[in-house]
Amino acid sequence: MLAYTIRRLLLLIPVLFGMSIVTFAIIYLIPGNPARIILGDHATEKAIANLEEQLGLNKPLYIQYLNYISNLLRGDLGTSIRTNSPIASELWPHLAATFELTIFAMLFATIIGVNAGIISAWKKNSWFDYLAMIVALIGVSMPVFWLGLMQQWIFSQELGWFPSFGRDNPRDPVQMITGFYLIDTLLAGRIDQFWTVLKHLVMPGIALGTIPMAIIARMTRSSMLEVLQSDFIRTVEAKGTRKFVVIYKHAFKNAVIPVLTVVGLQTGTLLGGAILTETIFSWPGVGRYIFEAIGTRDYPVIQSGILVIAFIFVIINLLVDLIYSYIDPRIKY
Amino acid sequence: MERELSTDQSVMPKTPIPEQPDDTVVSPWREAFWQLKKNKLAVFGAFIIIFFVLVAIIAPFIAPYGYDELHAGERLTGPSTQNWFGTDDLGRDIFTRIVYGARISLFVGFFSVTGALVMGTLLGVIAGFFGRWIDLLISRIFDVLLAFPSILLAIAIVAILGPSLQNALLAIAIINIPIFGRLVRSRVLSIREEEYILAAKALGMKNSRILFHHILPNSVAPIIVQATLSFGSAILEAAALGFLGLGAQPPTPEWGKMLSDARQYIQTAPWTVLFPGLSIMLVVLGFNLLGDGLRDALDPKMKNM
Repeated sequence: MLAYTIRRLLLLIPVLFGMSIVTFAIIYLIPGNPARIILGDHATEKAIANLEEQLGLNKPLYIQYLNYISNLLRGDLGTSIRTNSPIASELWPHLAATFELTIFAMLFATIIGVNAGIISAWKKNSWFDYLAMIVALIGVSMPVFWLGLMQQWIFSQELGWFPSFGRDNPRDPVQMITGFYLIDTLLAGRIDQFWTVLKHLVMPGIALGTIPMAIIARMTRSSMLEVLQSDFIRTVEAKGTRKFVVIYKHAFKNAVIPVLTVVGLQTGTLLGGAILTETIFSWPGVGRYIFEAIGTRDYPVIQSGILVIAFIFVIINLLVDLIYSYIDPRIKY
Repeated sequence: MERELSTDQSVMPKTPIPEQPDDTVVSPWREAFWQLKKNKLAVFGAFIIIFFVLVAIIAPFIAPYGYDELHAGERLTGPSTQNWFGTDDLGRDIFTRIVYGARISLFVGFFSVTGALVMGTLLGVIAGFFGRWIDLLISRIFDVLLAFPSILLAIAIVAILGPSLQNALLAIAIINIPIFGRLVRSRVLSIREEEYILAAKALGMKNSRILFHHILPNSVAPIIVQATLSFGSAILEAAALGFLGLGAQPPTPEWGKMLSDARQYIQTAPWTVLFPGLSIMLVVLGFNLLGDGLRDALDPKMKNM
């Protein structure tokens, strides 16, 4: 196990190296002079020269890359051109917002998806099974931004159940401590605000969670069906164990590994995919942060934002693999 | 990830396998086709795709108006006999724009998947067949590309190249290359160890001949399955880029762009948002159903389960 962990960590190095090259290259792949493109057509020669100096564009390429790497290793993600403040400090509140949304979405997706999958496998070929699998099929085929728009229309504008955008009530903003508003409101002892924040989370969370929910439900179902055919299930049933216990305790325990893998992989995917949901619901997350940077040609923010998300994505995938090998003693490395 | 999309066989009611004449040799492709025809969901998916392809081909004949034809007096009017799906904020007929939009979505889907398939297969074959440092290099490049969440990578590529339909197509092709590449590489690696390859080598067959006569034909089935599923996701990705304003530019009737243009009218004119979204969903559903069915039909391990 330890040897495997070390090997996986070592394998991570070339990937991280490659990732840094890709994000480093972004600014050089822009057709034309990057400084001129960032500043627009009306920029003076002096302003362009200044920006080139600031970004280090006038130095040889390998020195620029070494600077880039050494800055990254020291936790310096560069400076935003638009706001002129360090990206690392700007990024955290956005990252926290995205984390909060992703965690909520994955909780929703996992709880509903796993149970729907289990019941589908249990009552195979029943009306519930058909319905759940049709919903799951539609779920993976639907554009998430369209689902978000439909939710806004029905649940916010027509029914008025949930607010259609933002994270909190702008007239009564949450005092930021950790960046996770659900926690911050509790720390401040504001139960009323906690409910407001929770209400804001519901629609974007469900929109973001729908695709993983569908994938998790299908995975759980097929994994459960496989386990339910095995001999030990027949033995447990022969002992007269209640069906519910057979399914949820004995069968699911053995079907959980592929499900866990999917949950992990989907969590990583959501971090990047949240950009669409964040756009629809004006959620101030990191996807939104990167997207706005594209609009203002704030390339350092684009580079660092993408690198940070990809870094988290890679770490999550690594953790999934490690957990996978840890919980299944049958897998040997 | 391999199995999550393959669960539909058991959703289908079991039908008895028709008696096949014993003395005729059935090619695996024909057998797979029989298998596919029995899968009602897959057939339904194929019909959806054929329907959209036909709509895309004959678009000018069924569209009642031009896709950028403005009717200033008929802004945001609801569905009616003149405008089946209503009109948008500029008085353009939404039905017409959806019909033309099918062309764009299928165009982007087809060319991005074909591009990814060709490049991915090429790189995968090179990596798997030649091994050593070439394999190491190509595999690491795939790892790096897959380390970025795909939609984010597509956004980054379009941010570099500038927003347009062509660049969106290119970005979607690039993010799909490692998916095909890894698939082909693993097929090549496993087939290379088969005994009949050893036999072919012992008979003095050249590498290139082994590649084209044995390895590639045996890799076709999983590539077809992946291409079908990728077609659906490519359409979703193109719509997402269009929605973010990074894909097709106005007045191109791209479905994702139509959705983002219509967002602000959702309360007063929900049909402007409803129909483009339904079209995306339906065509993607078609590819997912067919892809699942193909996987069940072509993957021998799933057969007769």
